[in-house]
Amino acid sequence: MFVGVVLGIIIGVLPGLGGANGVAILLPLTFSMAQQPGGTTSAIILLSCIYWGALFGGAITSILFNIPGEPWSVATTFDGHPLAQQGRAGSALTAAFTSSFIGALVAVIMITFLSPLIASFALRFGPPEFFSVYLLTFCAFVGMSGGNAAKTVASMMIGFALAAVGLDSVTGTLRLTFGFTSLLKGFDFLIAVIGLFGIGEILETLEEGLAFKGASGRINLKVVIETWKELPRYWATSLRSAAVGCFMGIVPGGATPASFMSYGLARRLSPDGKDFGNGKVEGVVAPETAAHAAGTAALLPMITLGVPGSPTAAVLLGGLLIWGLQPGPLLFVEKPDFVWGLIASMYLGNIAGLIVVLTCVPLFAAILRIPFSIIAPVIIVICAIGAYTVHNSMFDVWLMVAFGVIGYAFKKLSYPLAPMVLALVLGDRAEENFRNAIKGSQGDMTVFFSNGLVGGLTSLALVLLFWPVVSAAWRALSGRR
Amino acid sequence: MENEKQQSAASVMAVEIGVAAVVFAFGALVLFDSYRLGASWGEDGPQAGYFPFYIGILVCVSSAAIFVRALRSAELAAESFVSREQLKMILTVLVPTVIYVALIAFLGFYVTSTLYIAYFMRHLGKYSWIKIVPVSVGVSIAFFLIFEIWFQVPLPKGPLEAALGLN
Repeated sequence: MFVGVVLGIIIGVLPGLGGANGVAILLPLTFSMAQQPGGTTSAIILLSCIYWGALFGGAITSILFNIPGEPWSVATTFDGHPLAQQGRAGSALTAAFTSSFIGALVAVIMITFLSPLIASFALRFGPPEFFSVYLLTFCAFVGMSGGNAAKTVASMMIGFALAAVGLDSVTGTLRLTFGFTSLLKGFDFLIAVIGLFGIGEILETLEEGLAFKGASGRINLKVVIETWKELPRYWATSLRSAAVGCFMGIVPGGATPASFMSYGLARRLSPDGKDFGNGKVEGVVAPETAAHAAGTAALLPMITLGVPGSPTAAVLLGGLLIWGLQPGPLLFVEKPDFVWGLIASMYLGNIAGLIVVLTCVPLFAAILRIPFSIIAPVIIVICAIGAYTVHNSMFDVWLMVAFGVIGYAFKKLSYPLAPMVLALVLGDRAEENFRNAIKGSQGDMTVFFSNGLVGGLTSLALVLLFWPVVSAAWRALSGRR
Repeated sequence: MENEKQQSAASVMAVEIGVAAVVFAFGALVLFDSYRLGASWGEDGPQAGYFPFYIGILVCVSSAAIFVRALRSAELAAESFVSREQLKMILTVLVPTVIYVALIAFLGFYVTSTLYIAYFMRHLGKYSWIKIVPVSVGVSIAFFLIFEIWFQVPLPKGPLEAALGLN
């Protein structure tokens, strides 16, 4: 488990390797592990620890180097880096780690208590209900993401279309292969993740130049204890951020908007909000708590409903599918030891993560001092290995390079990548449930409103889809009164 | 000279329109193939092309919306997507990467990776060969130990590994 956490932090620290593609690269390596009896549990623990590690690791780079290692740590740079420049890097790091630990802990406690409830509730779901849950997920993305809705839709639909490539599981016909046998098995989402996030990010980092300039990070026990004394003052911020994070993690807003939202809230509500951005510890606490709470809470819908709340959760879900586990409500009934093993590992993994990061920051910061001209090719080689090992096929490595170029272009034009990955993972399952649902109703679309449950979910999905419009209308109405 | 480096190689608008057009073409392709497979109601339920057909429509509609918005926006035309200097930088990475992937099939993973890392260090880092050789060879050996021995994942191998009897 410590191996997982340490690997995860390294992955989080390195530019171009994040939680999603770190897990994606290591996933094929766990195939053999998962075949041993009880091996799936240890495999998922390894992968989820990498996830925690990556969450922690992102904070190190944003505070010391002003380079967010992960998108969700962008908000951490606002106050974290100024603190480091003032020579208070140690307390910024301690605050970041401790608050991310608290955020994750709150989310794990929530998972522990809520997931059996949701799972038993979801056992009653049929195809229409499942499809409307998927619909809800995707609509939430469009409505909540801010940004350009057309781009979110486009990126998501490309994901769905890519997922449809290959053998159709229901009728057995070949779709969208145009006679290329290499397309027969379809696009693997792992390849897409490695290319989009890994190679794309390297290309993006390259154009910003090669130099890393950083503050030195040194943590000693005195700083840690002093910062811990200071932290209880921000309990309100912590709680609020954890709540924001949990909410954003379950509806798949994801960790990135959660951290921004919570930073914004903290700045508005805090008594010394105007000093934010010049190095306030509170400005580190807010985004970090929310990002971790969201990152952890994203696993709740994944294990209970089989709907991941974030790209990394999507990759983990894909891993479960490959290991022959069907995520969703039945998992709680059929494999309770696996589910509870996973939940237990969330507690332990976070504690382990906290200990590791507090003790080893200088070591990880040293990794970043390795010149980019060495680290970049090494990362690309790791990505290539990861892509190759998925199916032992060179074609996948080519695909990875292609996805890398797509990822670079999309990132620069601010097309969101997360919906594409989610659609790629869920595409087949969403389609299958959709087809089964309308097959049952003989093509009648009203099946999605046929009872209270599915009708409510579908309506909620539509409300979320048009959320910007709805909230604008609401504001206009209440303003008039 | 300095000016030329900063000069934009492409405006955001041009790239935005280009990408939207490619996405639209992709959507059209999906539509076309779904239609060929039958996008309507078969005797036992929806045909294979049913779901992708609507996906294709959404791809086309959303990319058309992006296209139109990009055409109208004046500020996008002025904004630089990538400067010449940046583009050069990216190509110096992308082109060797393509060559790297192509060479794997002939030389095997480890030899190619060594060469690739060495190229980077020489070309971008301007290191002396005294530093390049141990680092690039060392990294490849480390990879070999991690993947072949520890995780037992076989990667493609070439003539060198065959000569060393490592297959």
